[in-house]
Amino acid sequence: MKNEMSLQFSALSQNESFARVTVAAFIAQLDPTMDELTEIKTVVSEAVTNAIIHGYENDPNGIVYIRVSIEDNLIDLSIKDNGIGIANVEEARQPLFTTKPELERSGMGFTIMENFMDEVEIHTQPGSGTEVRLRKHLKSRKMLCN
Amino acid sequence: MSLNIEFETKHDVLCIRLSGELDHHTADELRERATALIEKNEIRHIVLNLEQLTFMDSSGLGVILGRYKQIKQVHGEMVVCAISPAVQRLFDMSGLFKIIKMEPTEEFALQKLGVA
Repeated sequence: MKNEMSLQFSALSQNESFARVTVAAFIAQLDPTMDELTEIKTVVSEAVTNAIIHGYENDPNGIVYIRVSIEDNLIDLSIKDNGIGIANVEEARQPLFTTKPELERSGMGFTIMENFMDEVEIHTQPGSGTEVRLRKHLKSRKMLCN
Repeated sequence: MSLNIEFETKHDVLCIRLSGELDHHTADELRERATALIEKNEIRHIVLNLEQLTFMDSSGLGVILGRYKQIKQVHGEMVVCAISPAVQRLFDMSGLFKIIKMEPTEEFALQKLGVA
């Protein structure tokens, strides 16, 4: 059975914890391990932070959109902004690459997403925004128990 | 969900104890308060105690690396202690352990810096 939820909120840093906790609460019904839950919270935090800092360049009028669907043990996450987009996606995905070193950004956001998820897709259009699609298969606990 | 920051200065060592969640939102306060204390108290070394930290993302890596660079200018060292497996994965991924030492407890960390 497929189950979906979506939420949208202002591009404000105080909403980062709201976003990751809400997504974690939704996927809790799949009975993930603590490690899997931490991984999901971390990637949501990374993508939402990117939308706020880079997509909207800290403009609080921006809106961040999250959609999550779960089916069997697959989590399909979309985190989207209508911000400035990414000029060079290949560069953005490089570990330690950042366009904002003066803000002490570590440049590890996409590297963490790629490490914690099975699939990472970046759809971006300079001037109109970015959507990050993240997919992960949870390890089925029921199968392990049988 | 927020971050609680506790500072303690021992000679030229600043102990920073974090509890709660370190993300982009809470990293700003940590950066401002730690930067000011390091300058005011002429700090050379930092012990970062993460025992009570329940969440961290790459913004946390950024602010930690920023403080390392700050004390590196006065030839100081940074030691992190009581790190959780989840946070350790982020440190491993970013290569931070090449420049920042890890100890199991704050006591060991302080011994390492000669102020225990």
